[in-house]
Amino acid sequence: MNTHTWKCAIFIFALATYCSDALADGSASDEIAKYREMISDGNPAEFDEMRGEDLWKKPSGPNKTSMQKCELGKGEGIVKGAYAELPRYFPDTDRVQDLESRLLTCMTTLQGIPEKDITSKPFGNENYKPDIESYVAYVVGQSKGVKMNVPLKHPKEKEAYEIGKRIFSYRAGPYDFACTTCHGQDNLRIRMQDLPNFNNKKDSQAAYVSWPAYRVSQGLFRSFQWRLNDCFRQQRFPEPEYASEMTIALAMFMATNANDAIYAGPGLKR
Amino acid sequence: MNTKFAIPVISLILAFFAITVQATDKTDKELDAKAVAIIKRDFHDKGIAKVDRLNQDNVQALCTRFLDSPPIDDMERMQTEQEKAIKWPSDGKFLGDWKAGEKLAQSGVGMTWSDKPDAIPGGNCYNCHQLSAKEIAYGTIGPSLLHFRKNFGKTRAGQIRTEDELQHYVYGHIYNAKAYSLCVNMPRFGHKGILTEAQIKDLVALLLDPESPVNKE
Ligand code: HEC
Ligand code: HEC
Repeated sequence: MNTHTWKCAIFIFALATYCSDALADGSASDEIAKYREMISDGNPAEFDEMRGEDLWKKPSGPNKTSMQKCELGKGEGIVKGAYAELPRYFPDTDRVQDLESRLLTCMTTLQGIPEKDITSKPFGNENYKPDIESYVAYVVGQSKGVKMNVPLKHPKEKEAYEIGKRIFSYRAGPYDFACTTCHGQDNLRIRMQDLPNFNNKKDSQAAYVSWPAYRVSQGLFRSFQWRLNDCFRQQRFPEPEYASEMTIALAMFMATNANDAIYAGPGLKR
Repeated sequence: MNTKFAIPVISLILAFFAITVQATDKTDKELDAKAVAIIKRDFHDKGIAKVDRLNQDNVQALCTRFLDSPPIDDMERMQTEQEKAIKWPSDGKFLGDWKAGEKLAQSGVGMTWSDKPDAIPGGNCYNCHQLSAKEIAYGTIGPSLLHFRKNFGKTRAGQIRTEDELQHYVYGHIYNAKAYSLCVNMPRFGHKGILTEAQIKDLVALLLDPESPVNKE
């Protein structure tokens, strides 16, 4: 408890420093780097990881079952290192699934929770913390330090990659934007926000292994599905279906491009 | 009209980097079709952002298909079409109020599902361009437009632009940058009805008035 109070204090101090300096001197990236260093021994996402771990072991849903039997690709109940190999093909559902989609499978089949109850409100806010987000925090935390090794062997895995690559450059909407508009060249930014180039291996790795993440500006833990959702918003597209084949294909494209990097999430973002 | 080359760099990088997976049992064409079908299926309307936004017009479709470097013939034909569709100011005047233009350039509001239906879309110009020396929070997706008169007063070939040419150049780029370079990453503010004629004139003034922060330091 004491360490948490301490970490919180550091965190609030750092946040104040970051907010006042970030836009004032034109080097927001430096400020964020400094800020990250300051709280390097305490990412607030740790609270979400702990909440997720507790929930994971607790019987819940209509079936009063815990998530401990959830199969994430490395065998029933194995969480360690699972995220570093997702998305992947699952024989039981006969499709490629990312983490969130797989958690949905477990929550609906093991726990008996109706899918709509989860997918209609999958992202948290100040007053609401969906269980699926806490599961995400817990599961990804168990891959920290593990090398990204997303399989690209099964024909459906290859197909998801190819589809994801195409979605990434699909221009449409009132602004003619595609993902590539903002993420297709090196060293670009929007206002002060650096834009990783996902056609470049190094940028892809750095970005992917730092998501899901705690977002300082929102004071919330955010999943990768949330990241995609918010970028589609900025792209002036309509809203993607949560954990849909479309989003999984995009995740497959990005995750595969990050292979061989050491997974470092949950990250910490502005 | 000046015809530029669609920047082939992006697609070269893509071709070089992207692991080309020997894709399953499907041809490229089948994969293209499947990707589009999935896109059309896996979105829903939200706020002002409706699913009909996913339907591509011919420019979007061509640029997507050729990763922003389409065959030169198609590109020139479509640029000409886009240019012909530019509605030049009805009263022949190009210069509005640069102060209103600066406000518009700063505003990044507009067209997302979190924007209110009655919100007036801004220009988003600072999201992508440096414009005045004072504003340091500018993006770099587009070129710097600082000291526009000085830096863009001549063509790339070194020819001096008359005042009339400059006004057409700026108005035309804001109205529809794709009339000059088909797959460029700048929205078509006039062509797509995002900004009104009066708003575009305010922005032209921002870029061309010698007293505006763009030109006056
Ligand atoms: C209009 C601009 C824009 C478009 C289009 C866009 N993004 Fe982004 N993206 C951003 C910005 C800005 C950030 C930085 C986020 C921040 O700091 O708030 C970002 C961040 C990201 C990140 C996290 C990177 C990191 O290092 O934290 C991912 C992943 C991402 N985008 C994926 C996508 C995908 C996939 C698409 C297409 C579906 C897309 N983006 C389209 C602007 C965009
Ligand atoms: C999403 C990014 C984006 C936004 C938003 C944007 N631009 Fe651009 N703009 C670009 C790019 C990229 C180019 C480069 C065009 C080229 O190379 O032909 C450009 C080019 C231009 C040019 C021509 C400069 C030249 O190289 O000859 C003008 C003028 C211009 N923009 C003005 C504006 C104004 C005014 C706004 C706001 C209403 C704006 N832009 C918004 C990306 C953007």
